[in-house]
Amino acid sequence: MHEALLEIADDCLVLGHRLSEWCGHAPMLEEDLALPNMALDLIGVARGLYARAGEIEGKGRGEDDLAYFRGEREFRNCLLVERPNGDFAATMLRQLYFGAFMEPFWRAAAASTDDVVRGIAGKAAKEVAYHIRHAGEWVIRLGDGTEESAARMAHAVEAHHRYSGELFESSRAARAAEAAGVLPRRSEMRAEWDRVIGMVFVEAGLTVPEGVFMQTGGRAGLHGEDLGHMLAEMQSVARAHPGAVW
Amino acid sequence: MAETPLWEVFIRPRNGLAHKHVGSLHAADAVMALQAARDVYTRRGEGNSVWVVPSSAITASDPDHAGEMFEPTGDKIYRHPTFYDIPDEVGHM
Repeated sequence: MHEALLEIADDCLVLGHRLSEWCGHAPMLEEDLALPNMALDLIGVARGLYARAGEIEGKGRGEDDLAYFRGEREFRNCLLVERPNGDFAATMLRQLYFGAFMEPFWRAAAASTDDVVRGIAGKAAKEVAYHIRHAGEWVIRLGDGTEESAARMAHAVEAHHRYSGELFESSRAARAAEAAGVLPRRSEMRAEWDRVIGMVFVEAGLTVPEGVFMQTGGRAGLHGEDLGHMLAEMQSVARAHPGAVW
Repeated sequence: MAETPLWEVFIRPRNGLAHKHVGSLHAADAVMALQAARDVYTRRGEGNSVWVVPSSAITASDPDHAGEMFEPTGDKIYRHPTFYDIPDEVGHM
């Protein structure tokens, strides 16, 4: 059961960390604040889920143990969120893809049988609704912008679409949590995801690719090499100074 | 991003109060300006309503005319409501 919560927590932490990599590097000051805002939303959700997962697991592992002292193969995030940032277009598309899945997911999780999950869901649904709005507006403007921005957005779709299918897959752990009513069934988010992505793509002048072979494996700990590099950086301070506080 | 238009941001801290100018930002259009205003100026719960106005839509007074614009009010102290006793029951005006 706790592993299903870890999957979603890892999604949020990994994507939150990816967004934090933009801090100080965004194309304009306004985005330099907007991207870390979203990162902090995601990391906040991850913290709540890690704490709950550790509690259910019952081995005394807290949020820091789960975030900083697990290896790459123990991370259960989907492949989409670990993809390197690429350019701004790719980052915004990745955010839209993830948000369009999480928004209906959290809305449905507001009916969870777990009190803590219900609490997290209420807060997270509002946060992610804004992420969709923000990323969606950028995808529209870049897709329907200059020749250069349209080409970059089309390239982002080509690069990321193959990671969208995994969002709707339920691992064995997830199916157990779904059967217990703790988390909603991931496949049920498909219709809403298609609707939101379709709406944005029409305005952006983008085409939803068809017949794409979907990559998968993240839920089983089989990640791309990029996650290892990211974790090495993210975990280095906690591992160099275990138990440090400030 | 040199050509990205400038916007002025106004925030209302609470219902019943007026929107107040808090600063400016760059954004391509009104929708993006509202989002940027939210991200830049409301990170610590500063408000519950935001206005954005293109900076180019603002007509400002000329500092060279400050004398004729503002000094004539300086000696009209009777305009300040300090000569009246306001009953406590009236409360905040």
